[in-house]
Amino acid sequence: MVPLWMYLLVAAALFAIGIYGVLARRTAVAILMCIELMLNAVIINLVAFWRFLTPQNMSGQAFAAFVFVVAAAEAAVGLAIILAVYRTRKSVVVDDINLLKG
Amino acid sequence: MLEINLPLIVFAIFAVLAIGGALGVVGSRNLIHGALYLIVSLFGGAGLFVMLSAPFLAAVQVLVYIGAIAILIIFAVMLTRGMAQTKEVVNRQWWLSAILALVLLAVIGIAVVMPVWGPNGSNVVNLQVAETTAGVAELGIALVDGNQYVLPFEIASLLLTAAMIGAIVVARDD
Repeated sequence: MVPLWMYLLVAAALFAIGIYGVLARRTAVAILMCIELMLNAVIINLVAFWRFLTPQNMSGQAFAAFVFVVAAAEAAVGLAIILAVYRTRKSVVVDDINLLKG
Repeated sequence: MLEINLPLIVFAIFAVLAIGGALGVVGSRNLIHGALYLIVSLFGGAGLFVMLSAPFLAAVQVLVYIGAIAILIIFAVMLTRGMAQTKEVVNRQWWLSAILALVLLAVIGIAVVMPVWGPNGSNVVNLQVAETTAGVAELGIALVDGNQYVLPFEIASLLLTAAMIGAIVVARDD
């Protein structure tokens, strides 16, 4: 059995890469992809802790399944917003979407 | 120290797929390539789920994440045409973001590794892990059991319906 800390390190690396992408990328679609990476890292963490700490209790896997649901809803609404913004501003670069900037 | 055995090798393969795909997502100039790298990364995650004896979540990962979300992202890239290739991939604060991400990784890494390998660490590489786990049938029962997760399950269904209607309303061309 691969020890727990290896799974946690892989999930931490995925989360850090996702954070860098969210903060540094310029197009909204790329930012959304990096958010998916971060959510996936969280799910890996949840399932790893479930397997090593409470494998007889389904709460860890059930929680991970709910994170899947929220990720799917977030992707659908986020991409719909990106399409709506692209239709009006002809751009998905987040620097150009500054209508609410003071 | 760690002995090299078959599970460790398989774990390393899936971990390299997951992290390498994630690096491809962040670094690729073309958004379509980024979406394909995202599929590679999510596939690595599905392999990790199999190694954690959660086969249902691995199947959901392949079906929902790779089959639905990644394809949805590819559709969005195609619908926002002219945006797949941008001259500058990252914004002006990319170095600050990189420092922040590295600091976060270092903090989490130290917090994860110190209890095992640190001076006061238990030095236990393998803590006692149960051989058997609850299976897919228990997960199915837990999701619809009145004493467990039936209310979050129904709310999740409601959230999905609301998100679907909201996505159609927001993206509709009128």
